[in-house]
Amino acid sequence: MRLADTLRFARDAATGYPMRTTLSVLAMSIGVAAVVILTALGDGARRYVVGQFSSIGTNLVIVLPGRSGTGGFNPANAITTTPRDLTIDDAGALRRASAVSRLAPLAVGTSEVSFGGRLREVMVAGSTSEFIPIRNFELAQGQGLPDDDWNRGTPVAVIGATIRDEMFGSEPAVGKLIRVGDRRLRVVGVLKSLGQGLGMNTDELIIVPVALAQAMFNSNTLFRILVEAKSREAIPEAKEQVMEILKQRHRGEEDVTVITQDAVLATFDKLLGALTLGVAGIAAISLAVAGILVMNVMLVAVTQRTGEIGLLKALGATARTIRLAFLAEAAMLSTVGAVVGYLLGQLGAFGLRQAFPVFPAYPPDWAVIAGLSTALITGLLFGVMPARRAARLDPVQALMKH
Amino acid sequence: MALIELTNIERVFQLGDSTVHALAALNLSINAGEYVAVMGPSGSGKSTLLNLLGLLDRPNSGTYRLEGRDVTTLSPDEQARVRSERIGFVFQSFHLVPRLTAAENIALPMTLAGIPAKERNARVAKALAGFGLENRADHRPDQLSGGQRQRVAIARATIMQPALILADEPTGNLDRHTGEEVVNLLEALNASGVTLVVVTHDQAMGARARRQLVMEDGRLKSDSHVSPPFQGEG
Ligand SMILES: Nc1ncnc2c1ncn2[C@@H]1O[C@H](COP(=O)(O)OP(=O)(O)O)[C@@H](O)[C@H]1O
Ligand SMILES: [Mg+2]
Repeated sequence: MRLADTLRFARDAATGYPMRTTLSVLAMSIGVAAVVILTALGDGARRYVVGQFSSIGTNLVIVLPGRSGTGGFNPANAITTTPRDLTIDDAGALRRASAVSRLAPLAVGTSEVSFGGRLREVMVAGSTSEFIPIRNFELAQGQGLPDDDWNRGTPVAVIGATIRDEMFGSEPAVGKLIRVGDRRLRVVGVLKSLGQGLGMNTDELIIVPVALAQAMFNSNTLFRILVEAKSREAIPEAKEQVMEILKQRHRGEEDVTVITQDAVLATFDKLLGALTLGVAGIAAISLAVAGILVMNVMLVAVTQRTGEIGLLKALGATARTIRLAFLAEAAMLSTVGAVVGYLLGQLGAFGLRQAFPVFPAYPPDWAVIAGLSTALITGLLFGVMPARRAARLDPVQALMKH
Repeated sequence: MALIELTNIERVFQLGDSTVHALAALNLSINAGEYVAVMGPSGSGKSTLLNLLGLLDRPNSGTYRLEGRDVTTLSPDEQARVRSERIGFVFQSFHLVPRLTAAENIALPMTLAGIPAKERNARVAKALAGFGLENRADHRPDQLSGGQRQRVAIARATIMQPALILADEPTGNLDRHTGEEVVNLLEALNASGVTLVVVTHDQAMGARARRQLVMEDGRLKSDSHVSPPFQGEG
């Protein structure tokens, strides 16, 4: 039989039994759609997190007090059990590092803010003038923290957009005095609204000079030091230098943890990439299930059409012709299922993007290709057995079943 | 030369503990162009004989020569080819493919043989006209009467211009009148030179054939053939 005739014969056979055809196409399409949508979700999550994490700064190196558990057991740490705190002077010393372009110490705590009788709880970040540019924040009004001695706690504050709205309403905020804890601070700037991002919500944040924050919270330690390397290539060097300087200052002990934005990004990227892969794998199981369903549907087709197979043999069809006809039918079912599923999946991903605009739910190319080819291969693979069974039927027996 | 030569054919079916000799010690020779009716009670082996002649079944022993060639030893693919080119089947229950139109059903043997669509269409058009089915070309079997269905089946059986037509109770599902028409069609084909073997248990219909075989318990009980019975090869 010619190829075009085989395909036409298979198509007519498939459309001749709409119920079972619909069923197997549906199963296959659900499998493919699941792969497309789930990987769109997974990859969307990866892109979202990576995007958010990229937005916290550029070429960041972050210093945390204390040795991280991942560094292995250090006997020196075992003896001196209390790690040294990070101080403003530690941060100041880092300015010596040649690979560092700018840096900002960070102390955090919560306090109460009040103005004109309105009172609310806020997060207070103590830092320096470079904190805002390093973190890619932008000012809506006024200016940032003054660029003066880090140990001088000038009584000024930069406030988040929500706090501005709640405290001042439509009145101008810049220049006004607010009370934070037991201090009176002058508002010098208002941050642009960014909405909820990764980490702190800047809309409900008050930024004050680091020395002032330490005084308010009655502590002289830092929560973090944010260091910006001169370039992407300078990140490892910056990390090295920061480590070396702090080690010297801490009497030779490596009692801080230095993480780079790059490494964290790569970790998130890998983690969420693996998650996407895992999700795709689970979805692929549904493809295998769909393949088995196609096989069952084809086995039913062979049983249903036993008489027809006997007839085809009587009319001179070879075993190969019959095998190909049934294989073509199985391939058709899974191809149509795969295409329908792909369209459904893209539609679902589109729906997700409409519903959650911040979430870039695009299925990755590899997942689409893998999903479609798995569908086609399982369809064909599971079509082989029924096709062979059809070709092996005894014509006399087959003809009697009519 | 004989078209069909059966020598010592045995066909045994195993049914649990009992063995059924559907065909036993069968010797038969049919010349090209003959018109043979096969008769006998139900279960006497008529269908088994026809399936064997049509290469749908193999004997347990004995040889079958078709056009001088031993066809029992052919591979399944070679047998399929012989069925395709030399043999046409007509069944009691028509055996049309329900989803295909009359024209497509008639074309099916050619489609399976890989004949191009253009030639198929020309031959199907001729066949439709020849069997009075011009207006039924695009009808599906369920839109056709019994007589029309069997005409489609006969058109299909002849479309490859076979040497031999095997019909197993072709009028069994038809009323007297349409049965008569179908028999006339088959006889016309025979008149044009095609060898015709018809299984029937209708005495009147069997009597119309020039030669009657009567089967009983898998054996040839009588053969009205005027020439001497088959003498072996030669
Ligand atoms: N596939 C089979 N398995 C077992 N017995 C069979 C089979 N086919 C035919 N027979 C037996 O062989 C004998 C002849 O059958 P058949 O040729 O169909 O008779 P007829 O067509 O003359 O009615 C019967 O006894 C039948 O039961
Ligand atoms: Mg019978």
